[in-house]
Amino acid sequence: MSETNERNTENIDYMTDSRPIAVGENTPGCKKRDPIVVAEDVTRSFGGINAVDVEYLEIPRHKITALIGPNGAGKTTLFNLLTGFDTPNSGKWQFEGNSLAGVSSYKVARMGMVRTFQLTKVMGKLTVMENMRLGAADQPGERLSKALFKGMWGSREKEITAQANVLLEKFKLDAKKDDYAASLSGGQRKLLEMARSLMVRPKLVMLDEPMAGVNPALTQSLLDHIKNLKAEGMTVLFVEHDMNMVRHIADWVVVMAEGKVVAEGPPGEVMKNPAVIDAYLGAHHDVDLGDAEGIKELEAELEADEESVVGTEDAGILSEIEEPKKEDGR
Amino acid sequence: MDFGFILSSALGELFSPTTAAYALAALGLAVHFGYSGLLNFGQAGFMAVGAYGFAISTLSFDAPFFLALLIAVLCSVIFAFILGIPTLRLRADYLAIVTIAAAEIVRYVVTTNQLTSVTGSANGLAAFEGTFYSMNPFPEGSYMGMNNRDFFIRVVGWGLVIVCCVLVWLLMRSPWGRVLKGIREDENAVRSLGKNVYAYKMQALIIGGVLGALAGMIFTLPRGAVQPSNYGTELTFFLWTCLLLGGMATVLGPVIGAMIFWVVLSLTQSLLYGLIESGVVTWLTTVQAGQLRYILVGVALMLLMIFRPQGVFGNKKELAFA
Repeated sequence: MSETNERNTENIDYMTDSRPIAVGENTPGCKKRDPIVVAEDVTRSFGGINAVDVEYLEIPRHKITALIGPNGAGKTTLFNLLTGFDTPNSGKWQFEGNSLAGVSSYKVARMGMVRTFQLTKVMGKLTVMENMRLGAADQPGERLSKALFKGMWGSREKEITAQANVLLEKFKLDAKKDDYAASLSGGQRKLLEMARSLMVRPKLVMLDEPMAGVNPALTQSLLDHIKNLKAEGMTVLFVEHDMNMVRHIADWVVVMAEGKVVAEGPPGEVMKNPAVIDAYLGAHHDVDLGDAEGIKELEAELEADEESVVGTEDAGILSEIEEPKKEDGR
Repeated sequence: MDFGFILSSALGELFSPTTAAYALAALGLAVHFGYSGLLNFGQAGFMAVGAYGFAISTLSFDAPFFLALLIAVLCSVIFAFILGIPTLRLRADYLAIVTIAAAEIVRYVVTTNQLTSVTGSANGLAAFEGTFYSMNPFPEGSYMGMNNRDFFIRVVGWGLVIVCCVLVWLLMRSPWGRVLKGIREDENAVRSLGKNVYAYKMQALIIGGVLGALAGMIFTLPRGAVQPSNYGTELTFFLWTCLLLGGMATVLGPVIGAMIFWVVLSLTQSLLYGLIESGVVTWLTTVQAGQLRYILVGVALMLLMIFRPQGVFGNKKELAFA
């Protein structure tokens, strides 16, 4: 990055920065004003199936990017490839201008690109606090030559503990500090994993389904935490199926289907994209079928939709048919 | 039956040099399996490497004691590298297969007739302990019923056990030990936090292996002979028994486990012999009794795993989530 660019970004509040993210059109594979990750021709096939086949993708810096797509679209595989947990069959990819081809996963993490896992990984037989401490970087006591002498790592350990306490409080895990991580619930483990990844003080946090299994009340505070990461200068890339979350916090959405990037853009725009609706969202993703309001809404939509009117006049009208049926059932 | 004798010989086992050797080797296994999750089924191989490394450098090259000791330790480090480089990138089970095979390879290599001039083949090597006993600071006489040689080897053996226990304890409470425990739980998670998992596993394998090599030396010195048959697979499994008896992820566990193991072996042996000699048990010969006690060890291990899987010192809470 050039120096003038650095100076420009210094005075920007990342929370309110509303300059366009892409340079030019919001097309799949478009160039970004300030990319942190650039992937080119990254492919990975398992047997005959192309799990990932990304022609060109840039992740914008200081933004929250959501990666969405149907199951099996290759989102997690792309995560694995970017973080060195899996090796692509071909392609180039770089983080902050450093090529990551052939770089092992722990070095990727040290560069500042830290991930969480879809299937949560906590160290069950370590306490929550020890899990957190394990995340911290630059602990000299982690070297065998210094491990024997507490004088050489004791002070850093105190800093780490203080940092961990702050994070645990934020994630509402402070009461569980001394419990074994294995005693946490699934949602709490998600939180612990995310908090632990922040102990590394990463530049890019990659969260694989951070909201899966977290209760609604906690979801709200977690969303705020993720937004705040941006204020602290971090970049976030996350995979999520919860469209509300995507709408609320993402600045940019990348849609994958069958290994390819099919659409990119700000959330509002992407969700109206017919290709995305076809591949992932479905035509009536806005409708909550759980309540009567939702069904009426859907009905209105279907009536207006030429294509869904097939056969009889009544086709597409759900509520009037549904209700007598229910009574019959009782 | 002379219960006084039975008890005193059992108590004698408590601090015998063999018990010290078992304690050290089991401590090495605790570093491997208890703390790092490395399944090493070839600890007998590390002990053999230590014992033969010491004996061969003393006999073939006239090395002084400390040089021979250093060579033995270096050999075990090299052995750990040979085992670790191909397998530590793979899952834990592969290391188990490779170590058990490697320990057997070591045993067969030293048994080969081609190498008789160096290793003594199946007869093994003898008369290499002179450099050790020449350093004995204790003048001749009786020390708690032992002669000065027996007393010296016990002091050195148990001194070494104490030093190694303290070192392992210091290491395991450090951030280095924390990374190891993290690797035991989930190595991918540790990798995602920027730790070089491979290097940590290698360091743990070497440290545990060196403890095994030291144990091999303590094991052979009082015998004055090193023989390949002493380092069979069953030795490894006795060490695992000691480790599981005491508790896996503990420092004192392997030591106490080794003590319990040998006291129980001695008690069952003398009791059975006593019963046979006094005519109470007529359906067993003394040879069979000797074998029966090892069967009892197996039964005891099974009972232990069922009723107290965490061992004597283990933390029950840690197992609640296993």
